[in-house]
Amino acid sequence: MTTEPKNNPPLGRVIVITSGKGGVGKTTSAAAISAGLAKQGFRTVVIDFDVGLRNLDMIMGCERRVVFDFINVIQGDAKLKQALIKDKRLDTLSILPTSQTRDKDALTKEGVEQILKELKAEFDYIVCDSPAGIERGAQMAMYFADEAVVVTNPEVSSVRDSDRVLGLLSSQTKRAETSGAEPIKAQVLLTRYDQARVDIGEMMTVDDVLEILAVPLLGVIPESKAILRASNVGTPVVLDGPSAAAQAYEDAVSRLTGSDVEMRIVGERRPGLFQRLFGRAS
Amino acid sequence: MNLFSFVRKQRPPQSAQTAKDRLQILLAHERSGGGAGKADYLPMLQRDIVAAIRKYVPIEEKDVDVRMERGEQMSSLEINIELPQAASPKAG
Repeated sequence: MTTEPKNNPPLGRVIVITSGKGGVGKTTSAAAISAGLAKQGFRTVVIDFDVGLRNLDMIMGCERRVVFDFINVIQGDAKLKQALIKDKRLDTLSILPTSQTRDKDALTKEGVEQILKELKAEFDYIVCDSPAGIERGAQMAMYFADEAVVVTNPEVSSVRDSDRVLGLLSSQTKRAETSGAEPIKAQVLLTRYDQARVDIGEMMTVDDVLEILAVPLLGVIPESKAILRASNVGTPVVLDGPSAAAQAYEDAVSRLTGSDVEMRIVGERRPGLFQRLFGRAS
Repeated sequence: MNLFSFVRKQRPPQSAQTAKDRLQILLAHERSGGGAGKADYLPMLQRDIVAAIRKYVPIEEKDVDVRMERGEQMSSLEINIELPQAASPKAG
């Protein structure tokens, strides 16, 4: 585990974790990915864009330490430094909580841009946890992104909403509106994947989903008991002891940072045989 | 101690209890104070603290660091004020 902050200038990459549909694992993934990046030594901040329904703080386990929030900073009531909560487990990780009391209209494009600009000067990765839906909060979370992780369950409504969000990423964002800019690098993170149900034809396969969405795959997170346990105790799953889900998130994080990690689909209980059979069949 | 921990392991997994405890503490705080008003007094408090200290020492808003830890029995508010190096009371 390397947690030593790097001395080189910050990368300043903005990654949005989005999905359209609610309950697919955006916040869980934002927490796991940001903790995974920080664990690799990258200076990382994770921002909650779900104004009015703050939850990232609970998943990160810092809910009792929130003083100022994202909106306080936008409105000039607090300095960014005062609103950032330093993670107690990883010194490379910070959390910027959202407001529990305002509404989404408090998010202004200029305010968000200013905050991201300040964060880019200090952090390697700025992970934006989008709210569900495609309204203001979600639009603001994705607008300034360099990369997008589209969290998708192998289930019809989730895949449909992901497709819609992919459309928005390629049209309603700063990179889309700036001529000559490289488009947002969007990748799918398939979560709640149940290999046993895929094997008996009850769940769409990874390839089925990718064929429909036609974007690269960042990773496959198996349905895992470790997720609820981690959320119960307020620890990102990658910091909550070894599990199939933690392993899958760590792999996804390595791919995000440019490492070429073989795509393995880890089952919660019996990897190995099934995995190999599947690997050949797909 | 070992025996005790063995007995404890027989009970349902502890993480569910942790989840419940965390929620109870958090929601108690959010419900009292009426959620809305409560969260908003901190920026004002900070402004007042800065104003009070500025009467004696030249400090910036950014020199004030407010931290909070909400607990079951009590919450603590920790305020750190960074005084400028040459901080000496005005005209003593």
